[in-house]
Amino acid sequence: MSVLVDKSTRLLVQGLTGREGGFHTQQMLEYGTKIVGGVTPGKGGTKHLGVPVFDTVAGAVREAGATVSVIFVPPAFAADAILEAIDAELPLVICITEGIPTLDMVRVAAALKNSKTRLIGPNCPGIISPGQCKIGIMPGSIHRPGHVGLVSRSGTLTYEAVDQLTRLGIGQSTCIGIGGDPIIGTTFLDAVRLFNDDPETHAIVMIGEIGGNAEEIAAEFIKAHVKKPVVGFIAGQTAPPGRRMGHAGAIISGGQGTAKEKYAAMRAAGIHTVQSPAEIGQTVARIMQKPKGAIKKPVAAKTKRVKKRK
Amino acid sequence: MKIHEYQAKAILAKFGVPVPRGGAVLKKEDARAAAERLGTPVVVVKAQIHAGGRGKAGGVKLAKSPDEAATLAGNILGMTLVTPQTGPEGRVVRRLLIEEGLDIKRELYLSILVDRAVGAPVFMASAAGGMEIEEVAKEHPEAILRQTIRPETGFEPYHARKLAFGLGLSPEVAHAALPFLESLYRAFLETDASLIEINPCVVTGDGRLVALDAKVNFDDNALYRHPELAALRDLDEETPLEVDASKFKLNYIKLDGTVGCMVNGAGLAMATMDIIKLCGGSPANFLDVGGGASEEQVKNAFRILLSDPNVKAVFVNIFGGILRCDVLAGGVVNAAKELKLKIPVVVRMEGTNVEQGQEILRNSGLNLTIANGMKDGAEKVVAVAGGAR
Repeated sequence: MSVLVDKSTRLLVQGLTGREGGFHTQQMLEYGTKIVGGVTPGKGGTKHLGVPVFDTVAGAVREAGATVSVIFVPPAFAADAILEAIDAELPLVICITEGIPTLDMVRVAAALKNSKTRLIGPNCPGIISPGQCKIGIMPGSIHRPGHVGLVSRSGTLTYEAVDQLTRLGIGQSTCIGIGGDPIIGTTFLDAVRLFNDDPETHAIVMIGEIGGNAEEIAAEFIKAHVKKPVVGFIAGQTAPPGRRMGHAGAIISGGQGTAKEKYAAMRAAGIHTVQSPAEIGQTVARIMQKPKGAIKKPVAAKTKRVKKRK
Repeated sequence: MKIHEYQAKAILAKFGVPVPRGGAVLKKEDARAAAERLGTPVVVVKAQIHAGGRGKAGGVKLAKSPDEAATLAGNILGMTLVTPQTGPEGRVVRRLLIEEGLDIKRELYLSILVDRAVGAPVFMASAAGGMEIEEVAKEHPEAILRQTIRPETGFEPYHARKLAFGLGLSPEVAHAALPFLESLYRAFLETDASLIEINPCVVTGDGRLVALDAKVNFDDNALYRHPELAALRDLDEETPLEVDASKFKLNYIKLDGTVGCMVNGAGLAMATMDIIKLCGGSPANFLDVGGGASEEQVKNAFRILLSDPNVKAVFVNIFGGILRCDVLAGGVVNAAKELKLKIPVVVRMEGTNVEQGQEILRNSGLNLTIANGMKDGAEKVVAVAGGAR
């Protein structure tokens, strides 16, 4: 019912003993994520929140059998932490840290090529397969297991979309926050490919924003290869050009990367586009009930009930 | 972060990039002295603001004598330049760059930036110097040369040859392009630049390559390791409210609408602006208070929003998740009381303890409206801000 992470995931937390790392480790443990170790150089051999601490990533992989790492290391040291995880040949690394210098990420991007590692982020909320494994800072409670795969450059806007789905009774297979930086590991294209190949994912939600052309590249692929319904939203339809809208990657430069262009590419690819961020859930509900007429009524009924309660 | 042209040229010169001789001045009389020192038949008087399009707006003039330089300097200093990049309000000119005039044979375009899709620096070059690269890209995309630099191996001489011969430079000038481009690339890496743009880069009558204009932007995330560059920030070039917001680590961008927005997270903040527009209103700003939205952040955010006289109503849209809504509501109420809030505020919040949070807002005795969901909130706030336009 998921991609990349599930019940068998054995997680390592780089930056476990920091304030952010500690707080979110607690939250992840409560959600049921299997955390087998943490890395804080110099604190190896101790325990934190009941989790064994190691000095190096290699040590944690060797002794605790970690398969995935999540990074909560401050921006000045985060690229080094990612490179250490790549060196330890971890298949999946999720970097939550915001504010990593772009040229540090240029080095990381070079190291990722021909490596055994897939990176998610940086500057992202993480990844969750509801009911199985939560890695990152998203609130677990708003998710529910199901068949919609969600990929997004945003954090809280993703929670908004997930919340809409869950209130309509629509669960998620996996939600991937790919991050708001200009240089990121996993792209929309990568995530769409994974969801397309996952038999338990029946529909895909793509939440993009202004800047770059990653949405357009994914749209090309969807047009050619994806049979599953895809719903798309782009944040920043009203953003002025030339200004960085909070995320380092959210900028319209030289007239490129506008919401208008991205919507046009998505429409051309047959993606169900949504203009209003409040209608992402409803749109998914509408397209998911199309092939299966039987579930039409219950879903519609639930929508109404939710509205009444409000 | 942006810097002025004269600062950019000083930095590039340190890395060995040839730039015209010259210097910055703040007064008319200093312009005369600077022109005398240069001693060239023609000097250029250039307005220094953080925006392009200065020439067309009347901010760049040629002077044939130190007296003329002083007169022109007197005219340009204090002028409000309006260019496509400044917005309608324009920018006041506070500094000038006085430079030697050069014998120009050709104008080229050169830049380095990070190619997001490849994850590596890329050189862009075109023979159409002096033109906006966006226009060239639109009209003649084939006229733009691109050369990606692989970070593993770095800048190689063949990169310079490909670009130089691609631009149709003579062998002598192409020879000079190697140290020029290599220095430019080194400056890009060592200053953690996000953009270096030389437009135009000129070929002079005696076959030299010179950076006639220079725009250098730095990666904000890397400024912590370049305190000497961070010190070049010119607060006069930024909107005062944005400067204020940056002190509190608030991401605030002023727009021209009437609905003030306070949101946690950049994506949701953009989406909130979008939905206000869809509901017929217009956002007064982008404001990301950060994922946590602490009481201190909320208070400062309110203060900054309310100092914009165009704001007729405020929409607080917080998706907390883990964040406790009762704590957030307490922060909103305290801030509203302390700032003697007079305009209507619509609050939409999600997270733990939503009910307690709404209770606190309801019992506050303040002009606060509770919204259920983003759409409801946007409709309510547009209505109280004076309705759809």
